[in-house]
Amino acid sequence: MKLTKDQVKKVAKLANLPLSEAEEEESAEQLSKILDYIDQLEKVDTRGVEPTYNVTGNENVMREDEIGESLSAEDALKNASKTKDGFFVTKGVFESE
Amino acid sequence: MYKPVIGLEVHVELNTKSKMFCNCSADYFGKKPNTHTCPVCLGLPGALPFINKQAIEGCLKIGLALNCTPAEESLFERKNYFYPDLAKGFQTSQYRWPLSVKGWIDIEDKSGEKKRIRINRAHQEEDTAKLMHQLGNSKTQETSNNENITGIDFNRSGVPLVEIVTEPDFTDSSQIRDYAKKLQQIFRYLGVSNADMERGDMRLEANVSVREVGNEKWDVRTGKLPPYRVELKNINSFRFMVAAVEYEIKRQIELLEAGRDDELRQETRGWDENKKITYVQRSKEEAHDYRYFPEPDLPEFRVQSSEFRIDDIKKGMPELPWMKAERFVKELGLKISDAKILTEETELADIFEKLVKIGREKEIEPKVLANYVVNQKIDLLNKDPNQIIDDIKSKSVGIISDEEELDKVCREVIDENGGLVQFYKRSLIPSGDEIKKGNPNMLNVLIGGVMRKTQGKANAGLVRKILEKLLNG
Ligand SMILES: [Zn+2]
Repeated sequence: MKLTKDQVKKVAKLANLPLSEAEEEESAEQLSKILDYIDQLEKVDTRGVEPTYNVTGNENVMREDEIGESLSAEDALKNASKTKDGFFVTKGVFESE
Repeated sequence: MYKPVIGLEVHVELNTKSKMFCNCSADYFGKKPNTHTCPVCLGLPGALPFINKQAIEGCLKIGLALNCTPAEESLFERKNYFYPDLAKGFQTSQYRWPLSVKGWIDIEDKSGEKKRIRINRAHQEEDTAKLMHQLGNSKTQETSNNENITGIDFNRSGVPLVEIVTEPDFTDSSQIRDYAKKLQQIFRYLGVSNADMERGDMRLEANVSVREVGNEKWDVRTGKLPPYRVELKNINSFRFMVAAVEYEIKRQIELLEAGRDDELRQETRGWDENKKITYVQRSKEEAHDYRYFPEPDLPEFRVQSSEFRIDDIKKGMPELPWMKAERFVKELGLKISDAKILTEETELADIFEKLVKIGREKEIEPKVLANYVVNQKIDLLNKDPNQIIDDIKSKSVGIISDEEELDKVCREVIDENGGLVQFYKRSLIPSGDEIKKGNPNMLNVLIGGVMRKTQGKANAGLVRKILEKLLNG
């Protein structure tokens, strides 16, 4: 299966990845190969096999509603590239809220 | 003739102690930013989520109260999108396997007219971080020039959120009000959320379109909806939401009437409170493609299983407002209107029941109690129940119409007001018949004196007659 450049552009946009023209070409090629590889699975006969979403086989694993320790604000913000007044800082977003 | 077709999505934050998938405190309101975080709710690589059992129970309780069927199997999925309020790059939500499906709830308008709203689903998800658009005067350490920045506080990230989606069954904004009020009442009865809209515990989104009556193509009952839908989103006040819905209905009808159907698009609109209009936020072309897929880090639910029994959750459900009201009517003989008022809040209903108990010992009927509490607008939450009973007791003894008793009190008042009585007697003007007329203001003062002595329980007409007999002769 060959991915079109438009499809690559769309996927890149959804993944928030800025791609150069050359990278788009390259990704189209690579992603197509990955899809071909995965397509081999289509050959397996899965009639009568229940879909699996989780490989652990666990069910209903839950915890009680109890408060534990959180990070200090200092630790939480330690790796942030920009902070201000205890907030993480990002480029302005006006779209909502 | 056009008819609005409106569906609602309500998000409600659960009041659990900890967050949905980690042990951080879920109580974020008014707290210092980024003090309730951990690798899970900050979306750090390798962190693994762990489901809060009480949140799942809260979500299931909401579903049950809305007459939904709990799903036999339920799964979390990743809703993928990029936005600064979402550190992981996806929101852990539910899509194909929600916890509760297909329910209904009856709402009532002011006249008591009932309308059934179908519930599509009630599912569990997590809240996002809070974005702050006004951060001081926007100067960071690295840059000296004023730049456009947004602050992020992850205290709210991962707080349990339940989303309730209706079918497009609303036809006007007053029904939205009735529905939101009903949900709020249910959440509070269940004790799963404070449901405070001002604080953002409860948020509304509306899908609004308009169809022409008689236009078979767009019939809700046959599932054929208008070919567009305007989503009203990010409106953080209930009042603004109602205004936005009303504006949208008007705007859409005007476009349809002008034959400009093509201008009605699938789009997201917000509310501009200054201009009192809705405006486009995101058009269909840019609409998100969420690429949902099952969350591999979380196990599946089987709601009916040995560890997790829906029957136990059902047993733990409180009596809901409409059930309570019905019981008050059946068992206590209350008027339905009184029963509804007394069951509006669960605390109110509890105090009333306590009152009924005390009242029974003092032979006061529940119906009399209800009448008194509702008519006199008694503040049950702040008044001592015994005092209320005493008040009713003294009032319900009723009006004194015993002439002998009143005659005694009248004579007392006359004795105590010698001066006034003399003036009154001088004011008497002979009229045609035997009884003379005196100054009515002075007489009223004397009647008032009798009323005071009897705590307002004297039959006023009788008092007047007795006083005139004693003084006017
Ligand atoms: Zn956390």
